[in-house]
Amino acid sequence: MSNEPRQSIYDSTGPVTDTRDARMGEGVDDRFNSKLREAFGSQPFILTKFDQFMNWVRGSSMFMLQFGIACCSIEMIHTYAIKHDLDRFGAGVPRASPRQADVIIVPGTIVSKFGPRMKRVYDQMPEPKFVIGMGSCTISGGPFQEGYNVVKGAEEIIPVDIHVPGCPPRPEALVYGVAKLQERVANGETAPVVVKPYELEQFGDLPRDELVQKLADQIDEDDLVMRYNWADSP
Amino acid sequence: MSTDLTTTADQIDEDGLEALIGDRALTRDDHKNAPGFVIRPDEVQSVLFDLRDQAGFDHLSCVTAQQYDDRYESIYHLKTYDDPTREVSVVVPTPVDEPVSQTAEPVFRSADWAERENFDLVGIQYEDHPDMRRILLPETWQGHPLGLDYDQDKPQVVKFAQHANPLEADQHDTESDTMFLNIGPHHPATHGVLHVKAVLDGETVVDVEPDIGYLHRCEEQMCEQGTYRHQIMPYPDRWDYVSAGILNEWAYARAAEDLADLEVPEYAQVIRTMSAELCRIAAHMLALGTFALDVYGDFTAIFQYAFRDREVVQDILEDLTGQRLMFNYFRLGGVVWDLPEPREEFFEKTRDFLDELPAKVAEYDDLLTGNEIFQLRCVGTGILEPEVAKQYGCTGPTARGSGIDVDLRRDDPYGYYEHLEWDVITEDGCDNYSRVLVRMQEVEQSAKIIEQCIDLLEEWPEDEREIQSNVPRTLKPPADTETYKAVEAAKGELGIYIRADGTDKPGRFKIRSPCFHNLSALPEMVEGEYIPDLIASLGSLDIVLGEVDR
Ligand code: SF4
Repeated sequence: MSNEPRQSIYDSTGPVTDTRDARMGEGVDDRFNSKLREAFGSQPFILTKFDQFMNWVRGSSMFMLQFGIACCSIEMIHTYAIKHDLDRFGAGVPRASPRQADVIIVPGTIVSKFGPRMKRVYDQMPEPKFVIGMGSCTISGGPFQEGYNVVKGAEEIIPVDIHVPGCPPRPEALVYGVAKLQERVANGETAPVVVKPYELEQFGDLPRDELVQKLADQIDEDDLVMRYNWADSP
Repeated sequence: MSTDLTTTADQIDEDGLEALIGDRALTRDDHKNAPGFVIRPDEVQSVLFDLRDQAGFDHLSCVTAQQYDDRYESIYHLKTYDDPTREVSVVVPTPVDEPVSQTAEPVFRSADWAERENFDLVGIQYEDHPDMRRILLPETWQGHPLGLDYDQDKPQVVKFAQHANPLEADQHDTESDTMFLNIGPHHPATHGVLHVKAVLDGETVVDVEPDIGYLHRCEEQMCEQGTYRHQIMPYPDRWDYVSAGILNEWAYARAAEDLADLEVPEYAQVIRTMSAELCRIAAHMLALGTFALDVYGDFTAIFQYAFRDREVVQDILEDLTGQRLMFNYFRLGGVVWDLPEPREEFFEKTRDFLDELPAKVAEYDDLLTGNEIFQLRCVGTGILEPEVAKQYGCTGPTARGSGIDVDLRRDDPYGYYEHLEWDVITEDGCDNYSRVLVRMQEVEQSAKIIEQCIDLLEEWPEDEREIQSNVPRTLKPPADTETYKAVEAAKGELGIYIRADGTDKPGRFKIRSPCFHNLSALPEMVEGEYIPDLIASLGSLDIVLGEVDR
């Protein structure tokens, strides 16, 4: 036995090798020669930092929260469903529970009654978590900006990583937004956490203005409340 | 257009109504759609009882409230299920310093939620109402936003309430083994942001209360701030947003055209009819898909099939209107533009869709309605008796699934429907299954309508393709004209009440939402049933929260 490959095997793979070589043309195949390969030579090891690796993993396998609010959620469902199929981008399995989700897409108008609930849902998601604001409503209140009951953007309540404008954004736009978020996550960029004007607070801690005074006997001191100051809102 | 109540043996005409109400009527306040009688606030029940029992007005379609400088006013818009063109309005003024009026709840159950909404938004109190609480805004809200003296800029405090057991007060003892369950407002089976408070005894639902208002986007205020001609039309798209936009636009168009006496060219009517029915197909497809998802978690087959078909419809609508979801295609007096060029391509595309539809419907039948598991879940659950449905003001597929033969497209014709061949579908099962069957068959009927419209449009002579009538640049309907007009939207009777105040914006714009009333019947359907049937019933009502809350 020599070290030569057996003729029968060598010959049988010949046509494949030939075709490949013919396709590649002259020279070495540099598709496989990444910068990393160059640096490490032919060693079969890739060295990276652990958190870079984790970021790459996070970006490539996102679990979305199944969270529908208003009209934009219809387009969001279309993005998950057949034809647009968000799953192609590693982000297509909506989870019904916030405790299993990494990303929350906020698809619609947030009104005063829903604001605290959304905050609660967001708080239940495990860190690290990311937020995609879908549609004009989550940017500014959109078409309903002047409404007496409409919160002027999701950013009033939770920090938003990516805004996808549109009313509603097309599924393609949402896919683009998700891809952008993945890119950012993989690069280790996260949103700066903004200090929000409205947090859930204990009612007892609010400054004692006329309104708080008026409600004082109706609301338990320890109750969580959210205070909306429409006039100062952007 | 004034009233034309026909006199037959069992129907009462306008004089008859006058005689029936007698001197309880203080004056007349006729609306464009119906005669109106002004009555005293403490005679609401007696008048409504008489109208219901003696004149046959069995459908309280809408309750509007509004504030004038010198008074508050509640308007009860009554209709009959048999003939929705028989209408009468009962106007109840109350003084500004003491806006208290008798409740109509004992006469019509649908007044329950409607009056709560009026209390919430306008501030009229209804005496003896069983549950006079806010319905759309948070409990701690200060002021009534559609009242005249509301200051929108003042701060508000919104509670994140602990979820109390509603039975606690009266039944809380060591013996009691009921359980309180919150469903929503963030829950996959509530079709948006609905909050259902359920009390369970074992697996049986003892008490259920839908809590709405998580998507109250001030639609009425927005419409009151917009000009008739262009600024209002985008909003209807956002009421029932499951691609049913054009049906909603039609509701506004119909009311405003009636208010300002605008004509719509016949060609535009055909386009309107066709596009509206395309929307209906898309809306019903979504209802089917999500219902399958609700009852047996079918995210893979039927749900995806339904969305595949919706994509096709949306493509066609996009060719027509330029948008996938928020069409903004109607204009007062017509539509915004003609069919896309080349027309043949559009016709071909639509025809292709229609040709493939029967095979797809057969597929749904195999997968869904013919499926044993599905039948087990749906047949005989969520029973809604026709009499109950009428009491709650249910309309649309929900009513038709209870055997009530009502469809405004046929009974109060508009658009081009009268000239086309199609049927109104009813099923007598009164259960979840019937409601699904109704929707499935309506898809076929819509396809039939579209096909006829396409034939007409193809033949239409080129020089007669008039898409809009002549509409003044600024519309200013004369002050104090009032009208209430409804169309058959995907979920039922979508009505709009408009009062003109002489400017180019409406003085009051009230939306009668079919989902709002359909949803109010939920407790009747599920109390005493199992909790999974609650989910199925909710799904079969096919509510859209954008329309429930507005
Ligand atoms: S941005 Fe437009 S489509 Fe999206 S929720 Fe708001 S109104 Fe609806």
